[in-house]
Amino acid sequence: MQHDDVIWDIIGNQQFCSFKVKTRSQGFCRNEYNITGLCNRSSCPLANSQYATIREEKGQCFLYMKVIERAAFPAKMWEKVKLSKNYEKSLEMIDESLIYWPRFLRHKCKQRFTKITQYLIRMRKLVLKRRRKLVPLSRKVERREKRKEEKALIAAQLDNAIEKELLERLKQGTYGDIYNFPVHAFDKALEQQDEDSEEEEGEEEEEEEEDDEDVGKREFVAEDEVEESDLSDFEEMNKLRTSSDEEEEQDEESSSEEEEETKASGSKGKCPANGSARKKKRSYVEIEYEMEPAPKSTATS
Amino acid sequence: HPRPPQLGHFRFRFNKPKNKSGSRGGNGGADGAEAKEEVKMEKSEAEAAFPPTFNVSEIKNKQRRHSMFVKYKQEKSKLKIQLKKKKKKERKALGDKAPPKEVPKTIENQRVYDETTVDPEDEEIAFDEGTDEFSAYFNGLTNPKVLITTSDRPRGRTVKFCEQLATVIPDAHVYYRRGLALKRIIPQCLARNFTYLMVINEDRKMPNGLVLCHLPDGPTAHFKISNVRLRKEMKRRGKDPTEHFPEVILNNFTTRLGHSIGRQFAALFPQDPQFVGRQVATFHNQRDFVFFRFHRYIFKNEKKVGIQELGPRFTLKLRSLQKGTFDSKFGEYEWVLKRHEMDACRRKFQL
Repeated sequence: MQHDDVIWDIIGNQQFCSFKVKTRSQGFCRNEYNITGLCNRSSCPLANSQYATIREEKGQCFLYMKVIERAAFPAKMWEKVKLSKNYEKSLEMIDESLIYWPRFLRHKCKQRFTKITQYLIRMRKLVLKRRRKLVPLSRKVERREKRKEEKALIAAQLDNAIEKELLERLKQGTYGDIYNFPVHAFDKALEQQDEDSEEEEGEEEEEEEEDDEDVGKREFVAEDEVEESDLSDFEEMNKLRTSSDEEEEQDEESSSEEEEETKASGSKGKCPANGSARKKKRSYVEIEYEMEPAPKSTATS
Repeated sequence: HPRPPQLGHFRFRFNKPKNKSGSRGGNGGADGAEAKEEVKMEKSEAEAAFPPTFNVSEIKNKQRRHSMFVKYKQEKSKLKIQLKKKKKKERKALGDKAPPKEVPKTIENQRVYDETTVDPEDEEIAFDEGTDEFSAYFNGLTNPKVLITTSDRPRGRTVKFCEQLATVIPDAHVYYRRGLALKRIIPQCLARNFTYLMVINEDRKMPNGLVLCHLPDGPTAHFKISNVRLRKEMKRRGKDPTEHFPEVILNNFTTRLGHSIGRQFAALFPQDPQFVGRQVATFHNQRDFVFFRFHRYIFKNEKKVGIQELGPRFTLKLRSLQKGTFDSKFGEYEWVLKRHEMDACRRKFQL
């Protein structure tokens, strides 16, 4: 004998039901045969001897039915009907199977079936789309990397490196005529040259060589000596431009990259050829000497 | 009974009962008592000297151990300072004949020599570079055209970052992703003559990955981005970058791998920089981290240049380099970051 009301009285209201999940506003039923998922008198599969559900397995939907005649045979209690993949046809099948059943069960079965088909469609669509791949990060590794990066940043001394590189490029003459620093010195030297005599022709090449040799070298000079060094740089830039014009035109960028890569290895190769010969003349780099021959060379060129 | 010199009121009190009980097993045993005895004796003799086998950590009493350790440290530092002063004096005394200053060891100094370091005169490498995917660019045949996009549904920060990148890189276009697959985007890019595809990956509203794909069949590099700073967040920054082509500085790319990455970066920018614009984009490699900066420079005189940072800044770390265009499943990887390899030796770097 089935005592639905008694069962409901016990499990629904007074005592314990292991499928029931209570929240602040509503109760839910965790029984897998429950049709709505709520804990109600009409939805409880234990408290209704005539019951129907829709369940889905691997993309296939089935209609489960329970009648009071089979209540004594728990193994055969649920009758399973496979529903067609066609949505409308399945609805007809449900109607057909539950033909004289209570309206509530019929309606809820169809609703549940609709929901299930909808989420199955969405699953199929999602599989085709691109998915975000979540890659787990290891906290330890991330922390280590962060610290390494900070240390590398400090070691890099970026501002200094950039400034150094820019000055190198200026010296190498990649900027060509744009920057006017040597010009002032040139004018001054021109004036001076008009006054002075032209004795030191013999030392001219040496002076020029010295000037060229000074290109790569950084000297900390006092304020008033700046013009002379400017002058020397102007000279060598002039020479460099004429001699290495082809080089510069060929592949400007690749050479500039090679510059970076060869920064570590040092010189670009333009100076050393002259530098070796002029080493011995280093001691002659005096202010007066440099000024005199410079305008001469420019005048001749 | 020998009284310890005044370290504090407490010590005396602790000491006394132990003395009285002799070798009480529960209190760290004979060791502790002995150690204390020794300490007391030593202290009464000389403040600084310790017997050679004595270790400060053997004292069981925490307070005393701590104070002993502090003393020990102070003495060590005193010694160090004295040594330094002495050296300095010697150095001054010798004057010119002083031995050259010792260079301190840095990680860069101690770097394990990498056999793939590029030799500037290497012919094979020159030949390789003449014929690789970038040769067209370096010979001046193609001009870079960059397409910047993001992963799905970018948030505000990533969008701003993309926009700023687009101002830094000349001829860059930002397009929204809208859920398209990269494999479908690539043929469209090819059709419109793009040379580069940049995809900025986002996670939790912050950009964290960069896929740099050279388009006509070129290598794909995947980087991890960190420390992104947008223009708004920069201190003392200049005005917005102009449309002039910037110069490019590539620092410290020494190995073969570094070379190819460096060329990839270089190929982002047009070959002829406009010096009038006075802008420079820097990719500086230090210990396998590539720092990107964008500056405006001005030469104050021959020996001084001032730089002002515009533009976004970020750090990249190479994760993988793939031979063809982006293909995560069937692509042929030239190089992949393996964690353990990097952690094994602190002085070994790949770029």
